[in-house]
Amino acid sequence: MSEVTGGVEMEEETGGTVKKFMFVNRKAPYGTIYALEALEVVLISAAFDQDVSLVFLDDGVYQLKKGQHTKAVDMKNFSPTYRALEGYDIDKLYVEKESLEQRGLTPDDLVVDVQVLSADEISKLMAEQDVVLSF
Amino acid sequence: MGTIEVNGKVLETDEEGYLQNLSDWSPEVAEYMAKQDGLELTENHWEVINFLREYYEEYQIAPAVRVLTKAIGKKLGPDKGNSKYLYELFPYGPAKQACKYAGLPKPTGCV
Amino acid sequence: MLHTVNKSPFQTRTLESCLRHALPGSAVLLIEDGVYAAMQGTPIADKVRAAMEQVRFYVLGPDLEARGMDGDKVIEGIEIVDYGGFVDLTIEYGTVQSWL
Repeated sequence: MSEVTGGVEMEEETGGTVKKFMFVNRKAPYGTIYALEALEVVLISAAFDQDVSLVFLDDGVYQLKKGQHTKAVDMKNFSPTYRALEGYDIDKLYVEKESLEQRGLTPDDLVVDVQVLSADEISKLMAEQDVVLSF
Repeated sequence: MGTIEVNGKVLETDEEGYLQNLSDWSPEVAEYMAKQDGLELTENHWEVINFLREYYEEYQIAPAVRVLTKAIGKKLGPDKGNSKYLYELFPYGPAKQACKYAGLPKPTGCV
Repeated sequence: MLHTVNKSPFQTRTLESCLRHALPGSAVLLIEDGVYAAMQGTPIADKVRAAMEQVRFYVLGPDLEARGMDGDKVIEGIEIVDYGGFVDLTIEYGTVQSWL
């Protein structure tokens, strides 16, 4: 917990060591609160200048689907916010090829530019991380 | 949590004075909030407030101050995209105070 | 890397996603409703056995007991651990990925 609440101090103590943080998104956007919560944590983490990457797999790929309109369900459409990540210097967005294909989607269906990687490539990236946060 | 009255309309705010409903905003709301803080809004203030409203419209979040500074620099030039300039305009913190005047929620990650 | 799975394999495909990403030499710890995947005599057991050729499997004892699942009927080769064992695994394997 101290790593989150005391992030600035932590950075000073360790002389600004950069850790690799991966956020793994596996849930569709509106059925549960996971996707929105993950996005908020990602935005906050950007303040600590760490090496941040986001992975979208399983139903998590639906978070990035273009053309979301939530007015009728009275929920906040947070899909435009993924396009703000670049301004936060978060540009490592990975989508699992298998999950995308299984759902009949292509990179053109997504609101942001992403790197499409195989399950194998994603597994290797995951193994390289210092911290993996799952949503 | 609280309310303000602008042009005879009562608007809801949270405990820190941020508008509860984005749609309640009007330029008069910004003028009113600034006056409460003892501030007269100039064209330079409006440039930032309008920028924030456009940013929110596009991305559905209020930007962190670092992101705001960088983005302002990109759009309005380096003499405006720096914290000194922005803090002179909004002494309580450019992201917090300007977001409030713009009718946006407090930026994510701000405490 | 230690992967934890806390969903029943009969309800969600969480375990499948986990197995798709568990590299050889990593470990899978079944917890909460995930412990049902550790039992013999189900269609899932074959998948687990196949995965066990490359990945070590553990199951959390207190979660088995809570659900009335018999430790004797856990797939041979899956190690039953207690909470202390859980902690040891997180230290041994370094990073943890929770498949929720």
